[in-house]
Amino acid sequence: MYDFAYHKPSSLAAAVSLLSADPDAKFISGGQTLLPALKHRLNKPTSVVDLTGIAEMRGIRREGNKLVIGALTKHVEVATSAEVKAAIPALAQMAATIGDTQVRNRGTMGGSVANNDPAADYPAAVLGLGATIVTSKRKIAADDFFVSMFTTALEVDELLVAVEFPIPEKAGYAKMRNPASRYVMAGAFVSKGPMGLRVAINGAAACVFRQTDMEAALASNWSPEAAAGVKQSADEMNGDIHGSAEYRAHLVSVMAKRAVIAAG
Amino acid sequence: MNVITPFEGIGARVRRKEDLRFLSGRGQYTDDINRPGQAHAWILRSQHAHARILSIDTAVAAAMPGVVAIFTSADLTAIGGIPCGWQIHNKDGTPMAEPKHPVLAEGKVRHVGDPVAVVIAETRTQARDAGEAIQVEFEVLSGVSGTTAALDPAAPRVHDDVTGNLCYDWHIGDKAVTDAAFAQAAHRVVFETTNNRLVPNAMEPRCAVGDYDTTTGEHTLFTTSQNPHVIRLLMGAFVLNIPESKLRVVAPDVGGGFGSKIYHYAEEAIVTWAAAKLGRAVKWTSDRTEAFVSDAHGRDHVTRAELALDKEGTFLGLRVHTQANMGAYLSTFAPCVPTYLYATLLAGVYATPAIYAEVKAVFTHTVPVDAYRGAGRPEATYLLERLVDVAAKQCGFDKLALRRRNFIATDAFPYQTPVALEYDSGDYFSTLDQALETAGWADFEARRTEAAGRGRLRGIGISTYLEACGIAPSAVVGSLGARAGLYEVGTIRVHPTGSITVLTGSHSHGQGHETTFAQLVCDKLGVPISQVDIVHGDTAKVPFGMGTYGSRSLAVGGSAMDKAMDKIITKGKRIAAHLMEASVEDIEFDRGTFRVAGTDKTKALAEISLAAYVPHNYPHDELEPGLEETAFYDPKNFTYPGGCHIAEVEIEKETGRVTLINFTAVDDVGRVINPMIVEGQVQGGIAQGVGQALLENCIYDEEGQLLSGSMMDYAMPRADDLAPVSVATHTTLCTHNPLGVKGCGEVGAIGSPPAVINAVVDALRDYGVSHVEMPATAPKIWSIINGKSL
Repeated sequence: MYDFAYHKPSSLAAAVSLLSADPDAKFISGGQTLLPALKHRLNKPTSVVDLTGIAEMRGIRREGNKLVIGALTKHVEVATSAEVKAAIPALAQMAATIGDTQVRNRGTMGGSVANNDPAADYPAAVLGLGATIVTSKRKIAADDFFVSMFTTALEVDELLVAVEFPIPEKAGYAKMRNPASRYVMAGAFVSKGPMGLRVAINGAAACVFRQTDMEAALASNWSPEAAAGVKQSADEMNGDIHGSAEYRAHLVSVMAKRAVIAAG
Repeated sequence: MNVITPFEGIGARVRRKEDLRFLSGRGQYTDDINRPGQAHAWILRSQHAHARILSIDTAVAAAMPGVVAIFTSADLTAIGGIPCGWQIHNKDGTPMAEPKHPVLAEGKVRHVGDPVAVVIAETRTQARDAGEAIQVEFEVLSGVSGTTAALDPAAPRVHDDVTGNLCYDWHIGDKAVTDAAFAQAAHRVVFETTNNRLVPNAMEPRCAVGDYDTTTGEHTLFTTSQNPHVIRLLMGAFVLNIPESKLRVVAPDVGGGFGSKIYHYAEEAIVTWAAAKLGRAVKWTSDRTEAFVSDAHGRDHVTRAELALDKEGTFLGLRVHTQANMGAYLSTFAPCVPTYLYATLLAGVYATPAIYAEVKAVFTHTVPVDAYRGAGRPEATYLLERLVDVAAKQCGFDKLALRRRNFIATDAFPYQTPVALEYDSGDYFSTLDQALETAGWADFEARRTEAAGRGRLRGIGISTYLEACGIAPSAVVGSLGARAGLYEVGTIRVHPTGSITVLTGSHSHGQGHETTFAQLVCDKLGVPISQVDIVHGDTAKVPFGMGTYGSRSLAVGGSAMDKAMDKIITKGKRIAAHLMEASVEDIEFDRGTFRVAGTDKTKALAEISLAAYVPHNYPHDELEPGLEETAFYDPKNFTYPGGCHIAEVEIEKETGRVTLINFTAVDDVGRVINPMIVEGQVQGGIAQGVGQALLENCIYDEEGQLLSGSMMDYAMPRADDLAPVSVATHTTLCTHNPLGVKGCGEVGAIGSPPAVINAVVDALRDYGVSHVEMPATAPKIWSIINGKSL
């Protein structure tokens, strides 16, 4: 780890101004991605801005037909929240499968969404539920948020504050883990509700994406078979020592099918 | 007789004495050791698999904060290369190619991770900062990582003077007799396989602290080693030219070794040398990333085997051609792994009358490969137990009947194999029957049918294995190329009031020796284990030792203790005879009590020891005072644990994912001292074997870049990858050591991989599959099920 300055602001405004003043600063919340990168000297920020003192970024609350979850909410909190379990059980179940116990006790939803790791879980839930990202500047629809691998619509001095999840009629998530890293090899988050019928695929490609053919198939026939019947093209799927693009394309159909089963 | 309650002797399920300190965080590992004035070393390693070093510019780095010194090979001209401990001879009698293994790269780097320079600074961070500022100009060269590819005459050479990258071309067995057996065979079965390369990944990364006393000229090395005396010998005599009397090597608590901490590594020599050069202690601690490219790897064989059978299925002959990857340099015991720890095991549990094996050892641009838990024997077992299943399927024999037909008969021991070893004891029929019963083999088809209803393919697989451990008779291994003896040393120090300190050359790095060895002493001398302390891991305390590997600690180290205890008893009897005014021939000893035979006159061991240390009334004319004895025990033979492992797996058809459902092991490890420790050792070994079969794979690209260089890409088995493991023992005693013990450290890793793969192949029986290479990953299985090329 290289030396860096450390700041712990207590307000959103203070955090944003720290980053505006220093474009080489990094936000940190749970640190489950940034800390390993720092330890491996893969990242050399001038300063690290610790967000965990900002009360405005905390909390899980129901607002009408939406569930609003603060960016600093830890995976374990989402996994065990009665509010989340009642409103969007698939989201709680998804959070319960992220990483391991240590990761879930440190890692935060905002960190995972803002990092947009293609093999992370949360981007699939956010896109698959058609959520809205609330930032320090504006609101961004999930469809416009995840741009490409590790890249989102967030500007450098823009902070993810909360995510508003519309409450679906039903939703489900299924994934296949990489046997080494336990990150997602291929996963699918499906939902049916106010945002229409949505199928978000993570792990399999460079960035989470909507599988529109499956959405169409499920819209006309909500069944596991309908999802499984849609074949994902292997083009643009990841291929590596853990599985070929063709295998990942196949997994997309299998995971979508399982997600529909999980959704009920 | 001195009865200790509860019983703590041989066979008692005693809790491990060492666990209190380990579980409460009070273990003392090498990285916990900090010496006054200590500096820190960081090693600049090659990112290239093969490159010429054109220049190294350390000027900027040397001026950075905290830097004490920077060394490259140019500074090490007075020291030797890292020695190899075993010399194999080619078929034509010439010695193997043994290119120099420099401590720091000289002129070229030959694998990713090859050390180029060392920076020593006040802190580890400063050392690393400066290390990253060293400018090395490389001319990148083509590399080769594959074993077979490296033998291609057109392949890049790892060492300029080693033609064809061939380290040796060795053979064993009678070729003519074997060929004749094939000529009359009714069936010939061919099997080709690659035994996947593994990264050991002991929980504790390696660490070394060098210290030097300028007033006495004494060097001290604290290191994560399985055998400190061996390191003292290799490093002192061959690398740094330090006499034993001036070199102390300490291996304190060590957090797992699995073979990877047997070897003498460059970092040990660097910190020891630099400490003397700088007059201050130097510490180096590996991180996990560094461990992937600097700890010796395991396995990595490419093999073609042929089995000849008569029409009833009796094995007539076995021919094996193996190419073994040595990596870029010869690690300490590397040459003996694919030869005397592998090809000599090719008889397995079978009475195959003719065996011929050829082994080519090959240099590649990869991390050196050496012994890893099992070392050669897992490769041999995997080959044989897969081959037998393949033969059964191809020729239409029942796989159990084929095994039973060819087992060495229980009354045939001692049994001389055609590949040098003479087995002393075993009972392969009983371990098989017991395992079949425990695993519910007979009811398997019902479970398979039930699984099919869930969309799962269920398979069951068996491995009836044998291994040779308890290494080894010094004269024998010497004739085979070992450059050291393989005896062990034990000292029994009975203190004046009767408590006991044992000094042993064996080293415990997870095995529970402090308990098992204390139980031996308790059983024989009648002293409770709380009053028996086991001292190991320090050349300044223990007279000598060859260390712990090859499941040798109990069979060899324990036998040395037993011999030393015999000497204690012999001397004690003479003291007792004097004190009780009896003839020494009339003194009996049983668990702590000396008795005049047929009388009620007794003396406790503590009374004898007190008399020995306070010798007011003592046979001074015959005996020296004191009660301490040392024995060197050189084994008469290897020991031969064996048994039967059965794995049951399910394959999810949709994804190809293999799940281990349950695992049954019935092992003959000889006499069991502590059943709980044996179970733990076997379970741990099985976890590693299952890891090799289903998960672990060290992958290089063709040129030698490591693709699975971290836990993100190298799949270690975790608790949820495993399944309930049933461990039982069926004992036949070793006939040639005093304890009747065989060894249990490696059986799990040796017996289990073929059981798992046999189960996977069985699960795929409807798909026309004859073999699945390790590891049986989900995409691989899915490709097979769907008829795709891999």
